[in-house]
Formats: sequence, C-alpha cells, structure tokens
Amino acid sequence: MINLIWALMASIGIVYAMLNGTMDKVNEAVFEGANDAITLVIALTSVLVFWLGMMKIAEEAGILRGLSKLFKPIVTRIFPDIPPDHPAMGYILANFSANLFGLGNAATPMGIKAMEEMKKLNNSAAYASNSMITFLVINTSSITLVPTQIIAIRMQYDSQSPTEIVGTTLIASLVTTISALLIDAFLRKRRELSSL
Amino acid sequence: MIQWISAVSVWLIPCIILIILLTATAKRIPSYELFVEGGKEGLKMAISLLPFLLGMLVAIAILRSSGALDAFIQLIEPVLSALGFPAEMAPLAIIRPISGTAALGVTTEMIQTYGPDSFLGRLASTMQGSTDTTLYILTVYFGAVGIKRMGDALKVGLIADFIGIIISVIVVSWVFA
Repeated sequence: MINLIWALMASIGIVYAMLNGTMDKVNEAVFEGANDAITLVIALTSVLVFWLGMMKIAEEAGILRGLSKLFKPIVTRIFPDIPPDHPAMGYILANFSANLFGLGNAATPMGIKAMEEMKKLNNSAAYASNSMITFLVINTSSITLVPTQIIAIRMQYDSQSPTEIVGTTLIASLVTTISALLIDAFLRKRRELSSL
Repeated sequence: MIQWISAVSVWLIPCIILIILLTATAKRIPSYELFVEGGKEGLKMAISLLPFLLGMLVAIAILRSSGALDAFIQLIEPVLSALGFPAEMAPLAIIRPISGTAALGVTTEMIQTYGPDSFLGRLASTMQGSTDTTLYILTVYFGAVGIKRMGDALKVGLIADFIGIIISVIVVSWVFA
C-alpha cells in the first residue's frame, strides 16, 4: 500500500504538471524536497544522538524498568505480545510520556528505540509485527496534554484565550486514539483468523 | 495558566536529564561512556532513516508543487459542503496526514485569516493539535529500523485521521456552541 501511495503521489503530480504547465515548479520541487529531507535528518540526528545517549544511561540505571513497572497493568493489555519486563516496554512508556507532555523532540528517539526492541521480539525482519502497528497507531493519533505549538500561534494572533482549545484537542485526540485502537484490534483479529 | 504551562515545559527536560544523571552516578554507572554508546546508535538510525524520508518528501513536494493537490481540494469542496462539513477546512483535513510542515502553514494561515477565536480558527487549532502526521510517523519509525512491510499500520492510521477530522468538527461545534 505504501508503494502504491508513494508512486501515485509523484506520478499524479508529474502528469498534472504536464497538463497544467507547472513542470518548472515540479523540477524545483524534486531538489527542494531532497534538500528538505537532508535538513530534517540533520535536525533529527542531533536529537537522536542526544536522547538515545541519555536513554542508554536511563536503561542501565533501571529508570526505564521502574517506569514500565508503574504502568504495567495498562500497557500489558495494549501490548499482549511484549513480555512486561522487556526493555521495549520501558521505551514505549518513555515515548508515550514524552508525547503526552508535548516533548516531540524527545519522543521520536524513544519511539524509534522502542521499534528496535520490538523488532528483536519479532520473528520477521522485514514485516511489521502486531505490537509495532499498535504502537504506531497510538503515535499517529498523538494524545497531547498541552499542544504548545498551537497555543503559541494563537497567542501570536492575539487570541482572547489561547489555551481554550486544550480541552477540545484532548477530547478529539482521545476519541481518535480509542477508535484507532479498536480498528487495530479488529484488523489484528482478522489477520490472525486468516493465518490459521 | 499559560505562564504555568510554559514554566513546566521549560523545567521538564532539564529535570529529566538531572534525574537520569544523578541516578546513574548514585548507582556508580559509567554515565559518559553509556551516553556515547547510545549516541552512536542514534547516528546509525539517522543515516538509515535518510533514504526513506527523502523519497517521501520528494513525492509530496512534486504533488504539491504541480498544483494537483490544490485542484483535488477544489474538486471535493462542493461535496464536503453538501455533507455539512465546513469547506474551508478541506485543505487542512487533506494535508494534515501527509505533511506536518504544510499543515502547520495552513493552520497558521487560517488562524490569521479567520481569527484565533472564530469557529474556523478553533477548529483548525483542534485539528492540528489532535493528530500527528501519519505518513511522516510511519516513514520515520519504520524507516529507522528498516521495516519495509508496514502491514495494516497505514490503513489504520489514515482511517483514524479521517475519524479525527470528523470528531474535531463535532467536538468544537459542541463545546463552543
């Protein structure tokens, strides 16, 4: 599905540019897009190196294990395939907490580390496991307590109450996350049935 | 309230760093050596991530710059209005799962045009804050660990985005009625 979406996005763009006379813009976009990716990866590299360094210390110091013990009852239900004392659990929780507090910079490295640990548990190196899909589904519908970026923009444009959207954002992301988990559980059941 | 929130976010990261370092030192763990070791992993991940991200960003850039995305949005606007969905929200709803920076741009523009305290301003704020960029998340996370088969992740992510858009409209209309 990702192959199809990827190829379609580029192909539709090029064909549309042929008909619409925007080919010069497309030419520019190819190089700008590539450049943007490099800039983004460099920004990500600094965050990845710093936080994975910090988290390595946290892991060895037993802080991650403590975190997973604290939330064990909830997460073992969401991730039945992961042993409760596995390091993946600690990283998943670190990622969720960072997202919850709007620390997007710190959330990504911990999430990637969680994926790596889940890959170790997976018997296939190329295919996504059930836990990985569930984990990413929760991440894409991101539950954030305080959407700091939006509040900043609202303040910039002289909102009477910049934080009034905190409640609606929280409700919307909670409902979305729960629906996503239900859809994920349904598809997982279907996958398991078809593999029998 | 705002001051309290910004104070917490300023203090949070330094405090996390402090807790990690103090715990490691108390337990006599070689903190600096472990930091370097973990950092090396981060570097490796960043490099393996690059081709995934670059491919995706170029495809999105082509689609946007050709004008095809705008044309598609114009095409479906009347359909959305007929269904009772505010047509002004169509660009944001479509761009949100595809590109985070583009969506932030659209949200900022909407807040500027309609005012942050208007219905559309509040709706754009809620929509922007309540989901993350599905395509980016999947590209980065699967890319960094080299998983090529995403399974149902993309399908669920996109369905969830669709639900999120509808829920945002309902919640904002209801709360700010």
